[in-house]
Amino acid sequence: MKRLTFDVLVVGAGPAGLAAAVSAAHHGISVGLIDDNPAPGGQIWRGGPDYATSAQAKYWFERANASPLTMLSRSRVIAPLESGALLVETSSGACKVRFEKLILAPGARERFLPFPGWTLPGVMGAGGLQALVKGGLPIAGKRVVIAGTGPLLLAVAAYLKSKGAQIRLIAEQTSWAQLGSFAAHLLRYPNYIRQAGNLGWSLLGVPFRASCWITRAHGTDRLEAVTVRQHNTIVTEECDYVACGFGLVPNIELPAALCCKIVDEIVRVDDWQQTDLEGVYCAGEATGIGGLELSLAEGQIAGLAATGQMDAAHNIFPARQRARQFAALLADSFALRPELRTLAEADTVVCRCEDVQYNVVKQHANWRSAKLHTRCGMGPCQGRVCGAATAFLFGWTQDSVRPPITAARIASLIKVSEDSHHQSKEQQHES
Amino acid sequence: MPERLYEIQLTVNGQAVRVPKGSIVAAAIAVAGVDTYRHSVSGEGRAPLCGMGICFECRVTINDQAYCLSCQTLCEDGMRVVTT
Repeated sequence: MKRLTFDVLVVGAGPAGLAAAVSAAHHGISVGLIDDNPAPGGQIWRGGPDYATSAQAKYWFERANASPLTMLSRSRVIAPLESGALLVETSSGACKVRFEKLILAPGARERFLPFPGWTLPGVMGAGGLQALVKGGLPIAGKRVVIAGTGPLLLAVAAYLKSKGAQIRLIAEQTSWAQLGSFAAHLLRYPNYIRQAGNLGWSLLGVPFRASCWITRAHGTDRLEAVTVRQHNTIVTEECDYVACGFGLVPNIELPAALCCKIVDEIVRVDDWQQTDLEGVYCAGEATGIGGLELSLAEGQIAGLAATGQMDAAHNIFPARQRARQFAALLADSFALRPELRTLAEADTVVCRCEDVQYNVVKQHANWRSAKLHTRCGMGPCQGRVCGAATAFLFGWTQDSVRPPITAARIASLIKVSEDSHHQSKEQQHES
Repeated sequence: MPERLYEIQLTVNGQAVRVPKGSIVAAAIAVAGVDTYRHSVSGEGRAPLCGMGICFECRVTINDQAYCLSCQTLCEDGMRVVTT
């Protein structure tokens, strides 16, 4: 099996991982940066430097380009091996990657909630539809309904509209009262006011409803229409795509597999972004959903602290504190309403990998029982979609994560056993 | 980004499709007019949900290799994509 060794290994090349890698790469320190996508940037800067539009994205890509980084794209971490090593599946096969310091920046995914019709082709995540359009999905002239919660809905709406989509409706589940309170607090963050103003301007004329949420998607072979509810008003809107965004869920599978301390589904870190494991750091959404600014601050602190640049890391603390306050404001303003727990009907599929329906899942007392008896969460996504859904629906928590932490090729796993067999033979020979 | 103007030709279920360079396979499948990327264990048609390599709903067979995520794979000339 191919082997690579780095002083610092960063997993995840979104803003947090990029900032960490760039901050760590100095004075001859070797830094590796692993990501499963074809290009760095994570979800927010998807597509890498060629597609960067914001000054901030360009700045970080330029710094990454000028740094002596080894970028491993299209590569997924499959499992922790012995201490200080990870099994990584690259596009050219399995690879053992050793490190002195490890910085985890695995990011977040969208939370999906089951409702009747949500498995129809055309029903997507809000960030998911945006990602596909960035990847070339034709959207011009398509009718799109955007439903869920939070500023991401507006950002996605503005992006899709700029690409020629007809935005038929934005259904925001939070109330006007909460939106008003959010706007009042926003006054303390001039940066965000400018962004909000730009979004509002680009979305002039787009129908927006608050206290409004999706209840059903209609169609036979693919999505044809959606029904939304606002108080006692029921509206059905024809559309080609519905983009749902019910907030984000931290990707904690790799930190969990490494046995980092996790509380309330987020990775616990100290002031230096170090987990309870010596030499293992975590930055970005996995330490708590906080957005771009917080990810950049945490990534820099992790990269600097992991390489002993403590004064420079300390200088970033105020920026991190400010970003954390904004994250708390967002979490308060866009908390999910309890009515969203009642959308699924008896025959609504909850686990899409194994087609396990709501009435079957809800007979169980906890996640483990549902897994063992119904195969809920046992398919290729390994519960990444239905686990977050059942956490919201039933308050279930997921237990241990076992390797391989993502669907892997058999060849990659065989390589590990061949390798350890080979090593033990070598050791015998030496002794 | 002039190189985005270059087109790539591939096939989706045997049908020739042209897409701009930099496109992902999930986009090429939509360009081919195909709605169903895979069939679920109970036979429902499915298509991409997460768009970022998490949900596995967009998995297809690419150049005879099964279980490829069409949302994370870039189109290449001569690629053979088959939905399942």
